[in-house]
Amino acid sequence: MDTVLQIEDLHKSFKTGFIPKEKKILDGISLEVKAGEIFGYLGPNGAGKTTTLKCVLGLIFPDKGNIEIFGQSNLSMQAKEKIGFLPENPYFYDYLSATEFLSFYCDLTAAKKERKKTQITTLLRMVGLEHAANLQLRKFSRGMLQRIGLAQALINEPSLVFLDEPLGGLDPLGRKDIRDVIVRLKEEGKTVFLSSHILQDIEMICDRVAILVEGHVVNQGPLQDLVSEKVQVTEITISGIGSEDLGDLGERYSAQGDRVLLKVFEEEKIASVLQLILEKKGRVHSLIPRTETLEDLFVGAVRQK
Amino acid sequence: MKILAIALNTFKEAIRDRILYLLLFFASVCIIFSRLLALLTVGDRAKIITDVGLASLSLFGALMAIMIGTGLVYKEIDKRTLYTLLSKPIQRYQFLLGKYLGLLLTLFIMLALMTVIFLILILLHNYPVEGSFFIAILFIFMELCLITAVAMLFSCFSTPILSTLFSLAFYLIGHLSWGLETLVNKMPQGGVKTVARFFYLVIPDLENFNFKTEVVHHLPIPPKVFIYSSLYGLFYTVFILALAMIVFRRRDFI
Repeated sequence: MDTVLQIEDLHKSFKTGFIPKEKKILDGISLEVKAGEIFGYLGPNGAGKTTTLKCVLGLIFPDKGNIEIFGQSNLSMQAKEKIGFLPENPYFYDYLSATEFLSFYCDLTAAKKERKKTQITTLLRMVGLEHAANLQLRKFSRGMLQRIGLAQALINEPSLVFLDEPLGGLDPLGRKDIRDVIVRLKEEGKTVFLSSHILQDIEMICDRVAILVEGHVVNQGPLQDLVSEKVQVTEITISGIGSEDLGDLGERYSAQGDRVLLKVFEEEKIASVLQLILEKKGRVHSLIPRTETLEDLFVGAVRQK
Repeated sequence: MKILAIALNTFKEAIRDRILYLLLFFASVCIIFSRLLALLTVGDRAKIITDVGLASLSLFGALMAIMIGTGLVYKEIDKRTLYTLLSKPIQRYQFLLGKYLGLLLTLFIMLALMTVIFLILILLHNYPVEGSFFIAILFIFMELCLITAVAMLFSCFSTPILSTLFSLAFYLIGHLSWGLETLVNKMPQGGVKTVARFFYLVIPDLENFNFKTEVVHHLPIPPKVFIYSSLYGLFYTVFILALAMIVFRRRDFI
């Protein structure tokens, strides 16, 4: 797969305070994003995710390091023709209607003017805003703003889309809609760079992730390589069995009513538990094997740092 | 095309600014007030109306340029609309030029509106309108072009309040610097004169755009003065715009 974004040894620091004191934000970031993947850029608040994005988009200039988009400098106009960007908590010109807004952004790109109208209609339909085409942005809800922001990021039919916390502040339905759009972008062959701290979303849709902590990439690679598929614990919810019968088969937690949640750490003990339930004519309500999650990996990486 | 798109968007934004209409209202009141002043004056009333009217156009035009110009770039950074704009394939200088031209278009329309009010007042009193009247207004617009560039330069690195103060200082110094020129001419030769002359050359002389006296007293405007003032305005504006672009080119948008 071709590399569409390459970041090498990126450093950035800012001077803050009345007596300027240098604060390192990025400390040697290196990563690669391959064509056609959804790349999750994960990190706690203040880790440097947005700063990395700003460097890539040319909004701030790195102290050191190299950034290439499609093999060209990130500051070149040819590279910018191929990218789209949705910032975190977007604010747009609220006196424009959705159509006027997209038309304005379309004029800033090399998009063919004769296709402008069709492109705007398609995008509004894609993000579910065709009913608000002539509504001023000041009357938009937070979720609608996020959707129109996504539409402006796609106005030039980019091959690489940068999304900074696109699911932040959305209700579950809104999050699902945006997630669906992101997956559709991948199906259309676009590459998505998704910066977020919402682990659940990243885990659901990303092919590869990089975990950023205090300006360092502490872990990166395909999700299935990073997260161990070995079962760490099996959670069994049972009823009709006395606590004393379970012995040392696992850790017991009381659940609703006479239900007991049993955490079994050794795989070989699961059969013994099930055997016991059969003998005592008890009941199994659920049996869930828990593998390592992205959250475990993330929390581990942050703690280690 | 990209510059034009930004200019038109800036125009749409600027004409929604309420402060513009407040200033337009006060400018209209001042122009009409000149009629009252004329009633209290002994002599040629047309001169008073023309003098006060042109001064109102210049002052309120400058206030509009400063009040809106200083927030122009800052607002885009503060509200982070700039992030999505600069992620599109546009150069930073194109963004600045677009913003500048959009505000100039707004100021042009405001100046035209004030001129129409002024002309109605003059024509109601059957006073003659000469060609020099329009030349004076053309130079007021040239002055506004320069003041807008200055306001935008400050807006590139400072907050709106500070930028407004700096720009107002530029306007005041620009209209008082002729005093320094008079001083330089009367000084004996020497180091102090050279330093004073250097300062006069560096600070702006906005009186180069003031043709009120010629209009009021029906004096001819020599072609040499016309060309000199035009070139002065053009070069000074281009210089300030270039400075703004240099400041903006390497700025980090945190």
